[in-house]
Amino acid sequence: MMDFRDQTQKVYHLIAKIGDLGVRLLWHLLHFLVSLWYFSLGIASAIESYLISRGILKRYKALDIGKLRYLAIVVESEDAYQIPKVIKLLQCLVAIGVKRVCLYDSEAILLKYLRINVIIVTGILKKSKESILARLNNATLFEEAGESNLLLDRKHITLEFVSPSDGKEAVAKAANLLFIKYLKSGDSGKIEEEIFFTEAHLTDALRAVGCRGPEPDLLLVYGPARCHLGFPAWRIRYTEIVDTKLTRSQHHAISLTYMCLCLSLMRTQEFEEPVKHKQAYGTLEVHETRFPHKGYLQVHHGSPKLW
Amino acid sequence: MMGASTTSHFLDDFVKFLQKFIIRILSVGPLPNHIAFIMDGNRRYAKKHNLIQGAGHKAGFLSLMSMFKFCYELGVRYVTIYAFSIDNFKRRPQEIQSLMELLQEKLEGLIKEESIVNLYGVRVLFIGNLKLLSEPVRLAAEKAMLATAKNSKAILSICVAYTSTNEILNAVKESCDEKWDEISILNESGAGYGLIKLGVQDDSEQIIKCLDIEKYMYAPDPDIVIRTSGFVSGVLAVGINLKYRVIDQNGYSL
Repeated sequence: MMDFRDQTQKVYHLIAKIGDLGVRLLWHLLHFLVSLWYFSLGIASAIESYLISRGILKRYKALDIGKLRYLAIVVESEDAYQIPKVIKLLQCLVAIGVKRVCLYDSEAILLKYLRINVIIVTGILKKSKESILARLNNATLFEEAGESNLLLDRKHITLEFVSPSDGKEAVAKAANLLFIKYLKSGDSGKIEEEIFFTEAHLTDALRAVGCRGPEPDLLLVYGPARCHLGFPAWRIRYTEIVDTKLTRSQHHAISLTYMCLCLSLMRTQEFEEPVKHKQAYGTLEVHETRFPHKGYLQVHHGSPKLW
Repeated sequence: MMGASTTSHFLDDFVKFLQKFIIRILSVGPLPNHIAFIMDGNRRYAKKHNLIQGAGHKAGFLSLMSMFKFCYELGVRYVTIYAFSIDNFKRRPQEIQSLMELLQEKLEGLIKEESIVNLYGVRVLFIGNLKLLSEPVRLAAEKAMLATAKNSKAILSICVAYTSTNEILNAVKESCDEKWDEISILNESGAGYGLIKLGVQDDSEQIIKCLDIEKYMYAPDPDIVIRTSGFVSGVLAVGINLKYRVIDQNGYSL
């Protein structure tokens, strides 16, 4: 009797193990099918980009870059080490007329290496042809440019370098500043929220600790993962985040996806279908998606936004 | 007639079986700990299907409920939904009113015994500046939080009257309050005088650190954010490594 029960238990145990293995196999099969699907989408997108850049597929119209006031780019750390690739991207941006760009990576590599080179180039080696950064001689650092320094040269670009210390650490420093201001005010009671702690106060405190950059209109994420990697959250309240799906193997064909500011005006009732345009500049492909609307233009601060 | 209802029953059962089967398969692999949903596109959905105003939000709520069931059956511990932004208060008053009424109605439904939160042992938390909500809605929210306080299998965070900047600001204020309390206590016991002077004179000394602020952020970082529209904008205060997943407008029903 006991043997029979033991035998039965062993059989059930074996069946359960086989069932478990079967489910794991199905999981791997599902994973494979999903990966295959995304791989196929990637191939189709790469073929489309190639055909557009060769002029075979004509799906583009003129681009109005004037609406893009400030562009932010997030680069993965491993890609950030490839400085020539980043410079090539910046050259493309200069070519299409983007005026102000903010560069970010989660290990501050661009801040350490590219920024120093830009300082050298703009300060000393502007005419140098040996330097690989010679073609960036029309770049200015953000902190030197100033708000009123709008250059007349169409091909000039202002660069800002942002690092993780401009994110949470900057908020901690700004909080410190506000706290010390409160202590200095000599108030003996509990902290009065409206007097010392409003969004405007925190914005001013962040500026005082060095985070002066404006809010980007568009944030492009370069990397295999669709993730902004810790770009300062205070600055991207109304920023459109776009993943460019650039992988290391796709460095030869940088694609830039550009969304017109109009698409952030989703608060309007009269919503029409988006209109897509594509423009190719050599290996650079620019996609534009316009969302026609009958409402008014969004003003960043204080305006409603459907998110 | 009998044939049609039998077929629909059979289809329902088949769909349920398929869902259970897929959940069983997915449970084997790695699962996210925290999923966040941004509810967007309700009005566009209503317009597309020629529904009356407010019906889009109700349809969105039904979709959300089925997603919750799926998430909790899968074993996802934290689910966050971004339901209403502070900026959304600038919409038409009638729309806000109908949204608030829907929210209140659904919150009252959540407290009932047979509701989904009690079935799956879900604790409900409300995140955001609740003072901006009308009193009946705020009371319903507090009642829901109290009623589900004992549930511990999973946590549902509902963000109402929320913006990322408001969350960061609130965390800054709470940290300052905490430091102020610490200094006051030390001051009363006679040991704090020096600290206050230190804080005032030595600006380089950082009284409030990153960890202090992170303590007062509302929820842990989401692993995945799903937004039911064609784009993503930067409304999230947290998540250095969070992955965005955007479902296009046609995938609105999830």
